[in-house]
Amino acid sequence: MSEVRRVVVQDCPGGPLLIRGADEVVGGDGTVGKVERPVVALCRCGRSERQPWCDASHRARRRRKKD
Amino acid sequence: MRALEPDDRRPRAVPEARAFGDVDEPLRDRDFQLALWILYELHYRGFDGVDPHAEWDPLLLVSRAGLERTMEHALRELVASAGTADPVEKTGDNPADDVVLALTRMTVADGPSTVSGFLQRRATRTEFCQYLGERAIYHLRESDPQSFVLPRIDGPAKVALAELQYDEYGGGRPERLHATMFARALESLDMPTDLASYLPDVSGETLASVNVMSLFALNRRLHGAAMGHLAAFEATSSLPCGRIARGARRLKLPESVLDYYDEHVEADAVHEQLAIRSICGNLVAADPGLADDVLFGAATCLEVDGMAGEALMRRWLDERERRPEPAKRSRAAG
Ligand code: FES
Ligand SMILES: [Fe+2]
Ligand SMILES: [Fe+2]
Repeated sequence: MSEVRRVVVQDCPGGPLLIRGADEVVGGDGTVGKVERPVVALCRCGRSERQPWCDASHRARRRRKKD
Repeated sequence: MRALEPDDRRPRAVPEARAFGDVDEPLRDRDFQLALWILYELHYRGFDGVDPHAEWDPLLLVSRAGLERTMEHALRELVASAGTADPVEKTGDNPADDVVLALTRMTVADGPSTVSGFLQRRATRTEFCQYLGERAIYHLRESDPQSFVLPRIDGPAKVALAELQYDEYGGGRPERLHATMFARALESLDMPTDLASYLPDVSGETLASVNVMSLFALNRRLHGAAMGHLAAFEATSSLPCGRIARGARRLKLPESVLDYYDEHVEADAVHEQLAIRSICGNLVAADPGLADDVLFGAATCLEVDGMAGEALMRRWLDERERRPEPAKRSRAAG
């Protein structure tokens, strides 16, 4: 019980970082993302529209044809 | 033994050949899929007025097994002919890495799925509601099939599945239970929240896309396929949900609808990693023999969900043909 809470960061090559145990994530522009789920995914590719969170944009092939 | 003697008041097994020997396309056949769905439902919530013992009635189990054989056979044929699940490419001597790579490649978005692109840009409010009604059959029970897999796996894969399910089930907050969030979205549009109201209109293909989860989750021998299916499902969810959320904003739909889809952009970006790496990767690390099952399950998800999406697109385009509205005339979806 006296153990300090652990924060674990898991590397997902080609994708985000998974983070467990954090309370807040501060984005590059200073915005603070509140952690509201047991595990969060942090965008590393810069393409997410929901920074600092990953929105799976890292998997979209760059535009092939228009929708 | 007595239970095996049918009488008119009790469930009766129909001989397999006679029951569905003439079903050509079980994955598109609404009667076939509805029969299977009803049999599965006995294991989830049952039906008012139906004796709960029916869940384990030997004759119904025999009937279910017959339908499942036909269903599984059709799925294996579909996946083989589509070539979605090539045997795992061995890139090194680590089968888990190979499966993670294969799952990631299989689920790379090939451009916007037709349905989510349609919802984003062109759907009317009525069509959007039709989409919610079609999906209600799954989302009102979101994630329940996969919970049956928990006692069937062990170690890190089990921990990861529990973590994923905890998030699906609201992460300790009942109001964030995904099925409840979906029900709230329906409610905000004055749509019913009981699943039975949607059964009469749902396509055979959509029923198949839900039944396949029960098939994999309720048959222990197929638990690898269940987890592969989950991985493909989660990995092809965030981007479409983002498009659907944009469509909901375009149509100025209520906040609860946006909330459901926004939640899934974020949650499924996490779930994708958990399902591919932590669940399927660990499952195969512990038992490399499961690799092909995992990929079969993933391919099944992509193919069957694709079929269900096409069926829905056809319905929309047909309905638009029948009563053309000049402003909304559709081009073939891209
Ligand atoms: S890492 Fe997933 S969107 Fe950037
Ligand atoms: Fe969900
Ligand atoms: Fe999910």
